[in-house]
Amino acid sequence: MAATIETIEAVGAATQSGYKWGFETDIEMDVAPKGLDEATVRLISERKGEPGWLLDWRLKAFAQWQAMEEPHWAKLGYPPIDYQDAHYYAAPKRKPGPKSLDEVDPELLRTYEKLGIPIREQAILAGVEGAEDVEARLPVAVDAVFDSVSVATTFKKTLAEAGVIFCPISDAVREHPELVQRYLGSVVPAGDNFFAALNSAVFTDGSFVFVPKGVRCPMELSTYFRINARNTGQFERTLIIAEERASVSYLEGCTAPQRDENQLHAAVVELVAMDDATIKYSTVQNWYPGDSEGRGGIYNFVTKRGACRGARAKISWTQVETGSAITWKYPSCILQGDGSVGEFYSVAVTNNRQQADTGTKMIHIGAGTSSTIVAKTISAGRSDSTYRGLVRILPKAEGARNFTQCDSLLIGDQCGAHTVPYVENRNRRARVEHEATTSKIADDQLFYCRSRGLSQEDAVGLIVNGFCRDVLKELPMEFAVEAQKLLAISLEGSVG
Amino acid sequence: MSHILTVSGLKAAIGDTPILRGIDLVVPPGEIHAVMGPNGSGKSTLSYVLAGRADYEVTGGSATYGEADLLEMEPEARAAAGIFLAFQAPVELPGVNNANFLRTALNAQRRARGQDEIDAVAFLKLAREAGKRLSMPDDMLKRAVNVGFSGGEKKRNEVLQMALLKPSLAILDETDSGLDVDALRIVAEGVRALRAPDFSALVITHHQRLLEILVPDRVHVMSKGRIIRSGDAQLAREIEREGYSALIQEAA
Repeated sequence: MAATIETIEAVGAATQSGYKWGFETDIEMDVAPKGLDEATVRLISERKGEPGWLLDWRLKAFAQWQAMEEPHWAKLGYPPIDYQDAHYYAAPKRKPGPKSLDEVDPELLRTYEKLGIPIREQAILAGVEGAEDVEARLPVAVDAVFDSVSVATTFKKTLAEAGVIFCPISDAVREHPELVQRYLGSVVPAGDNFFAALNSAVFTDGSFVFVPKGVRCPMELSTYFRINARNTGQFERTLIIAEERASVSYLEGCTAPQRDENQLHAAVVELVAMDDATIKYSTVQNWYPGDSEGRGGIYNFVTKRGACRGARAKISWTQVETGSAITWKYPSCILQGDGSVGEFYSVAVTNNRQQADTGTKMIHIGAGTSSTIVAKTISAGRSDSTYRGLVRILPKAEGARNFTQCDSLLIGDQCGAHTVPYVENRNRRARVEHEATTSKIADDQLFYCRSRGLSQEDAVGLIVNGFCRDVLKELPMEFAVEAQKLLAISLEGSVG
Repeated sequence: MSHILTVSGLKAAIGDTPILRGIDLVVPPGEIHAVMGPNGSGKSTLSYVLAGRADYEVTGGSATYGEADLLEMEPEARAAAGIFLAFQAPVELPGVNNANFLRTALNAQRRARGQDEIDAVAFLKLAREAGKRLSMPDDMLKRAVNVGFSGGEKKRNEVLQMALLKPSLAILDETDSGLDVDALRIVAEGVRALRAPDFSALVITHHQRLLEILVPDRVHVMSKGRIIRSGDAQLAREIEREGYSALIQEAA
């Protein structure tokens, strides 16, 4: 409800054209030479001061990756990626903490400003001494990933009091090695797929969240990922664990500077939910999609998977994907615990020459498991968008249920939308439902809105937001507003 | 004072098919004019052309709104200038909250006129009051625009929009069609309540019943893309009694 109320402001603010977040920050970088071999993996591990077990894990992943082929089953077309023509490590050079914001690199502050981060949070993020004490409580904790290394972690104290661990994964490797070792790769094994193997070998940073038994995380956890260095692949690794009866909501927001070369992004996200635990993972992704001819733009090959290990555990993925030139992404749930619940709410928007192949996998193992899939696909310009989903119900999943709804909205007559739902049901008493629709924004809808005073662009924004309402209402408030703006911005110029 | 709407020799076509063949029409401020005529005479086309629908090509003549050349304006600019078209078949907007749609529209118009926007709380109060006058249940504001509305609810929703947007010139395209007697009365009273020196209306209708409540200042009869006769409210009664055919034969 809140999401729709905000539409007015959102579409109003969304009148500027072009890629709003297209900027690049000039900060001194510590960059590894181009190329990828065993020495690169060792260098990353060494730079990060990792223990031997993790280096071994990386090297094993690298060996697996070398033996693998890049997958091409998705409905995506792009020139071959030269994995040797990229840097695999880039970190801002560390200086001692500044005394005030005046001493902070102005370039960094400008980046925060464009991202809309409030000034006090900026101070904390930039590591200004004492800034954390000034503003002890804000509703959102931000762990800013500035390129590959987390620049700062905020609100650690509030979270620590609740017993929640929220830190860069490299810190977790040092401070909580037993947890990382137990769970890393337990949901997405190092050799799971080509891109996951690559990530396992060369991941540089990402977030780690651990919510202990019975704890409700006291705030939404938010991470702003930024890709910042020229030709630097971004390999984030995120691990979230919710113990028995714990709950957490994690928000991932992504913006990237505009540039000419295609950038490779291959993240891995693993979620683990024990008995009665709940994890809600929300993403708003608006990386640079390339220009109107498809030049530039991010290649986004992501593996996201959650395991409901315990009974009645619940994992909910919500994503709004408006960016990237290529999107290859299937956030999935393994419903192992009896009565566990998986949800996938997705909006994928493609415009110009963008291509997206995205969806989910719901693997029903336990009895009484249920899953809900709501996927909204919007294609405009000469873009191509595919929903690809798998619902697999194993023999022991007595009484399992799935409901899938896939809706496609076409804008113009040069785009494509495709729905590829796979269902494998091996339990007679399971119930699987699938609904799909395809529609176009009709001229009479546009004229109706315009005859009431809305501009063409505002009318498209309103109709599209209405189309996506079932998904947007699943987003936390802060993201719902940003998501609505993004939908309108990313479709600018797509009609008329 | 100048007329609010002056239409001279207006011709319009869809593709190669001419539909309006030279319309002359003048609406002074504060007056309600009825447009009647058999099916296919071009009444709805006239309303769409005045509101700026792109499917129709204007092939001749002019339409002036106050001092402005109406035909040069985008639909949204016409709306901001005070023109409102109540649709014969209101369009559904799935997932778009009705109250939100109305407020977005109102604020878009206010912005275009350089006025302050109305916040959500103040707007909801206005909308609820207006809705009550039209005997609309509150939940109609919460539902998606026209989705799952009955025919009568759709028409009432159009009149609600009109009441909130406060146009200077309302064009009602068969707003009374498909309404039962009670709904017709509510809608007609809703329009009559707007009667003011700075409100004019062009009411397209088939039925005398609506006009009995609205009491138009002028009645125009259209046939084959032209206005063949104009008169006062008495003309509508004459049509009710004798039908269109006598008038049409007379004109031919």
